[in-house]
This record gives sequence, structure tokens and C-alpha cells, in this order.
Amino acid sequence: MLNYLSALPGAVAQGLIWGLMGLGVFITYKVLDIADLTVDGTLCTGAAVFSVAMIAGVNPWISLILAILSGLAAGALTGVFHICLGIPAILAGILTQMIPWSVNLKILGKPNVSISFRTYPVLLSLSNPPRAILVGVLFAAGVIAMLYWFFGTELGASVRATGSNPVMCRAQGINTNMTKILGLSLSNGIVALSGALLCQYQGFTDINMGRGAVVTGLAAVVIGSAIVNKLSLNFAVKLAGVFFGAILYFLVYQTVIFIGLDSDLLKMLSALVVTVFLGTPYVKKELSKAGSIRKGGNSRA
Amino acid sequence: MLELINVTKTFHKGSIDEKIALNQLNFTLRDGEFVTVIGSNGAGKSTMQNAICGSWLPDSGKILLDGTDITLLPEHRRAKYLGRVYQDPMMGTAANMQIEENLALAARRGKKKSLLPLIRKGEREQYVKLLSRLGLGLENRLSAKVGTLSGGQRQALTLLMATMQHPNLLLLDEHTAALDPKTAAKVMELTESLVHENNISTLMITHNMKDAIRYGDRLIMLHAGKIILDVSGEEKKNLTVPDLLAKFSEAAGEEFAGDKAILS
Repeated sequence: MLNYLSALPGAVAQGLIWGLMGLGVFITYKVLDIADLTVDGTLCTGAAVFSVAMIAGVNPWISLILAILSGLAAGALTGVFHICLGIPAILAGILTQMIPWSVNLKILGKPNVSISFRTYPVLLSLSNPPRAILVGVLFAAGVIAMLYWFFGTELGASVRATGSNPVMCRAQGINTNMTKILGLSLSNGIVALSGALLCQYQGFTDINMGRGAVVTGLAAVVIGSAIVNKLSLNFAVKLAGVFFGAILYFLVYQTVIFIGLDSDLLKMLSALVVTVFLGTPYVKKELSKAGSIRKGGNSRA
Repeated sequence: MLELINVTKTFHKGSIDEKIALNQLNFTLRDGEFVTVIGSNGAGKSTMQNAICGSWLPDSGKILLDGTDITLLPEHRRAKYLGRVYQDPMMGTAANMQIEENLALAARRGKKKSLLPLIRKGEREQYVKLLSRLGLGLENRLSAKVGTLSGGQRQALTLLMATMQHPNLLLLDEHTAALDPKTAAKVMELTESLVHENNISTLMITHNMKDAIRYGDRLIMLHAGKIILDVSGEEKKNLTVPDLLAKFSEAAGEEFAGDKAILS
């Protein structure tokens, strides 16, 4: 039991780091209404760029900025594939997921690179959970504030409007191609930041660390919105909700591990959790439709 | 002033579904003119508007607006000059955004989007004033999501958004067709007063022949991608629906197809 309790702060820290990843997914999935899979690749790209820069002796903050820039570029590339070549967003994302895999391997030079806190001036590490939580909270607050500000500007509102009604946007003179590329880029920049923090926390970057990351990100988004949507419709609260979702996800994850569930099954479990959250609204709607027909009311001829 | 010169558009070229939607169409809309457009199903009414908006490029011909050739201008860059209201009340507004945010985007139609706040000091007062003339109580719901409004409310809001920046041309594409008769009449009234007050050049497609006669200074009838009737002034005022139907079969050599237009 003590083991379990001592693992909880780590789960919170992980939740905060993955919450950033969730914010990236939130921007594409919720704001832009695009299912972007690039994030699986960019999570690792961010981590790879950060680790290599840090190993080369670059200041951690500058390494962090380089990681973010690499994510911005990867997202923009997906946008260009999607917009200029007319490839459906989900396929464009799969393509730009493959490209980083090779690029990441080239950046890292080998499939696994260690950046232990003993050797490198990392900002956070699992060896010190309270500090990791503090750093996580600061980054979370910073990115939430930045996004809250951005989506309230003329440009940010245009990105939101693009997700809501692209036809209306064009009629209002908004270049929806540009806003989509901008949104994808921003999303992947944040995901790369998440990757850069994650590799510091776990002390290594692995070529496969992004595999299935989008599912974890989606889990954070859908669980988060289930938690906070009833509380408030404020945009900042919605963004913060993603972090609550991610933290809850990792707390449950730890619990499941503690209970002794076969860890091979965890990925399947995550996917099922997301499936339930994504599918519930639809099933509810269909059931209520069927219900109202059975009652004989509300029939529209 | 709008000028369409020999505009042609063929859909599904080379297939068995080939359809000439616009056939060497020539049309001039003078400054401040309010033109109503009628025609049977598939006559090319919406195609004509989409050509003006730039939803796609015509196969040949030229489109001039106030002397500028806009034939090849991308859709979002023409928006500076055009106000649009669609048939579908959901099309003209962003459902997930607030009423004031929608208005603020419309207030910046065709302008570069900056990193300044979308809604700035003094704007809300302006929106309250604009909305209160609709008489729908929306002025008290500035921060409500547009998705919570009814179809009629959304259409009235879209109309306001389309006209608030004084477009060079207002394009209405059967914008009352999806509304119930009472709401449709209200939106039509609002349309007329906004157009007249601001003296906006307007091209209104309608399915309703009575509306086409009652509103505007000039009426054109499209058939098979061409204008087959063009009346204005006294002649237009004295038109009746049977007149129009007779003129249609005379010019087109067939019966008018479109029950909605005849029955309503």
C-alpha cells in the first residue's frame, strides 16, 4: 500500500506533462475539428531534439525552445500536406507520423538516448516528484494562459471559427487554409514541449515513446471535458480540465497497476476508456430518440 | 457595380452528368440596385452567386466588381466586398461561438487578423445597438452561443453580419426558404429595411415569386444558365405571378418547374 501511495505524486506529475500533450490534441480535435495523428511523432521529436541539444551542452531553456520549434514545423508540414495536397487530415497525420520516426532516429542516432538527471541539468525528474509537480504546474499554467490569450485575439478567434464553420469563415474573409495550418502547428508545438518535459522526467528518450500517445491525449481531453463541462463553459476552465483529465487518467493507471492487472493489457484498457467516453454521447442521443418515438411524441412528419 | 461578362460554367464536364449551369451569362447590376432572381430548379441561380463569391472558378468569362476584375480572386479575398446570407440558417454563423464574437468577426470582414483582442472597448455597445433593432432580444444575450438560437434568429444575425460593414454587394441565396412563413416575412422585412437604409447593391435569389415581385427594383429570370427575362420600373411593379409563369413558358418553351415557387 505504501508503494502505491508513494507512486501517486509521480502519477500527478506525469498527468501534468501528458496534460500538455492533451492540450495539443484539444486544439486540433476540439477547436479545429481535425483528427490529427501527427502528435504521436511530434511527442518524440520534441523529446529527441531536446535530448540531443542538452547532450550537446545547450542550455535547457534554449533546448526547450528548439523542441517547440521542431513541433511547430512538424504540425505545419501536416497542414501543408492536408491543405496543399488535399490529403485528408487523418491520412496527412499518419504520413507526418512516419516522417518524424525516421527523422527522430536520425536526430537521436540510436533508438534510445539517456539524459539522466545525474549528468544533465534537467528541469524535472522522477527522482524528485514534488519538483516535477511544481514544474508541471508552472508549464501548465503558462500554456493555459498563453492559449487563453491567443484564442481571444482576432487571429485566435479566426482559428476557432474555422473549426466551427469554415464556410462562414471564408465569407468573412478568413483564409481557412492558413488558420488550419496555424492551428496544427500550434498544437504540435505544445505536444513537442510535452515530449521535451517527458524525456527529462523519465530520464531518456526512446524512439517509440510517442506510440499511441494520441490515445492518452484524447483520454485527457474527453475525461477532462466530462469533469469540467458541467462546472463552467469558460475557455480557461476547459483547458484546465484537460490537465484534470490527464491526472485522473494516470492516477487510475497507477491504481490498475497496483491492483495487479497485466500491464500488457493497459494500452487496450486506455483505448477502451476513450471509446466509452467518445461513444457515450452518441448512444445517449440515439437512445433518447428511440425513447421519444416510443412515447409517441415529437414525431416530425 | 457588378458585371458578369460571358460567364460559363459546366459541371461534370465530359461525363453523362454534364450540366451547363451558366451559359455565356451576361449581367450588369448597377450601383444601389436591388435585383431579385427567380428561375426553375437548376436554372443556374445559385451557380451565378457562387461564381460571384468565388466558390469555384468559371470556365470562361469575366467578373468585375466596381471595375476590378475579381474573376481569379480567392474566395476569402473577395469577402471584403461581399456580404452573404445562405439558404441554410446554420451556414452564416459559427455555432460554437458567442453572438458578440460572430459580430466581431463580421466587423473585421476582409481585414487582416491581428493579435489584438477580438472584442475591444466600445464594441459591445455598438453591437447592442445593432442587435436591438432586430427586436429579438438578442441584445441581452451577447455572450450566448449562436448554436442556442433559432433558425430565424440566426438568419437575422447573419443578415446583420453581412450588412454591418457595408458590402459593395449583398448576396442573398433563398435566405428565407428554410424559415416558417411568419419568420420568413420578418426576415424579409428586415432585409428590405437594411438594404434601403444603407443603400446596398443587392442580388437576391428567391423561390417565392411574390417576394421577387414585391421587393427590389428589378427582376431577372434565369433559365438554362441564361437570363430570359429582365424587367424593372413600372413594368416590374405591375407583374403578377401568372404573368411570370406565362413569360417563362413563352421564353423557355416549357412549363415552370418548381412547385414551391408557384404555390407559395
